[in-house]
Amino acid sequence: MTAARRATDTFIIVLVMLAVWQALHQIAGETALPAPLPTLSYLMHNIATRRFAENAATTAGEFAYALILAYAIGLAVGVWMGAHRLSGAVGEPILVALYSLPKIVLYPVVLLVFGLGISGKVTFGAMHGILPVALLTMGAIRAIPPVYLRAARTLQLSPGATIVNVLLPAALPEVFTGLRIGFSVTLLGVLLGEMFASKQGLGSMIMTDMQLLQGEDMMTVTIALFAFAAVANAVLLWIEHRLHRRV
Amino acid sequence: MTRVGVIRLVVVAALIGALELACRLGLISHNTIIPPSEMARTLWTLLASGTINGDIERTLGMIALVIALSVVFGFAVGLAIHALPRVREALDPFFATYYAVPIFIFYPVLIAIFGLSIMPIVLIGVATAIVAMIIATLNGLDRIPRVLTKVARVHRLSRIGTAVTLQLPAAAPYLFTGVKLSVSYAFIAVVAAEFILSPAGLGRDIADAYADFNNRRMYALILFLLIIATIVNSALHALDMRWAARRTGGRQ
Repeated sequence: MTAARRATDTFIIVLVMLAVWQALHQIAGETALPAPLPTLSYLMHNIATRRFAENAATTAGEFAYALILAYAIGLAVGVWMGAHRLSGAVGEPILVALYSLPKIVLYPVVLLVFGLGISGKVTFGAMHGILPVALLTMGAIRAIPPVYLRAARTLQLSPGATIVNVLLPAALPEVFTGLRIGFSVTLLGVLLGEMFASKQGLGSMIMTDMQLLQGEDMMTVTIALFAFAAVANAVLLWIEHRLHRRV
Repeated sequence: MTRVGVIRLVVVAALIGALELACRLGLISHNTIIPPSEMARTLWTLLASGTINGDIERTLGMIALVIALSVVFGFAVGLAIHALPRVREALDPFFATYYAVPIFIFYPVLIAIFGLSIMPIVLIGVATAIVAMIIATLNGLDRIPRVLTKVARVHRLSRIGTAVTLQLPAAAPYLFTGVKLSVSYAFIAVVAAEFILSPAGLGRDIADAYADFNNRRMYALILFLLIIATIVNSALHALDMRWAARRTGGRQ
């Protein structure tokens, strides 16, 4: 009953969104914003093209590298600042301040240092992801009950074994929240990077389509990205809830 | 200042000093990064010349507009949704996903619809910032203690009296969190939109200076935006801390 009602409600909201889209289409005209139904039928056609596949592969590669960097650096910084109290106290406000800065203004600097190729976009994506991963990992480790650490000391675990066997499992649910948020913002960072001074990737594809007034192409890429991000987030959220319940 | 504060200051100063030294010694090429002192000096000359005043006004004005629209309408929408539990239940999954999808890639679509004016920038700014305010409003309203309603009834307060004297103050900390997030999202979205594609503004200035290899101007402008964003964010943080201290202080 409630599930059916919820499905109906969600369906109604989707309908409202499609209606708004249709209305915008009436105002903006065919070239700027194609109507929802033709666009959705065009979606399958566009995704099957070689152009989409090549750009998607570029974006996927950049995103994968950026994510690995963001997770590795973010986890390292987070574990260090969570385990070492003074470093955490000194560093946390710096990280929080960096987190709320508009990182886009630093993109030219990244481009000057790393060049216009893939490494610039990877670095820029990673810059977005490192901070939430580090901040949430730090918070998670700080919130570990001290008795766990005392137990580790009683068992004479080495610092490495303490991190692997005690700290990480205890902190995992909250660390995973950081990884999930890191996933979303790293994707955003990579796409932003592609939208400026780039000839490859889905971000640049949207910009090119916009300039060439290819409304259908632009909308389908946007929708495909939204769908990917939403599904990935749903999967990560599901894992996160399971982790939280386990503890 | 506390010991931690001193260490933090030393760390930040050491990082800037190291960058300065690396640039001066030629470890970092002048074509890549210019020394921080030179960024500051160029910024000073730029500000004194008044040539960027128009862009400063435009960008900060747009950010202020986005913040105002997001906070006012976000609060109103939050109130409305809170009053309609069924709508809220239906919208919850959308709120949970909203900041996980890259809303910003919608910016080119808005340009295609509205043309290259301030309209797409304001819209993408509001789209980014408003949902944080809506979620914060819902959170705040959820956490108003039930007992306050009873107190209001005992004192025979009117509906508006209850809202203004009891419910609003109780929800205020959550609303302020929403404002803080809206401010930082507005900053990020407006500057990013200007940087990617816009007719004018500080973000556009930075992109132009980058395209012209005018590193001095570019770094001066970057420094300016970073300083403004840091000042605004720390001011909001300080306000938050002071109110939190007063709240817990009052309870003791």
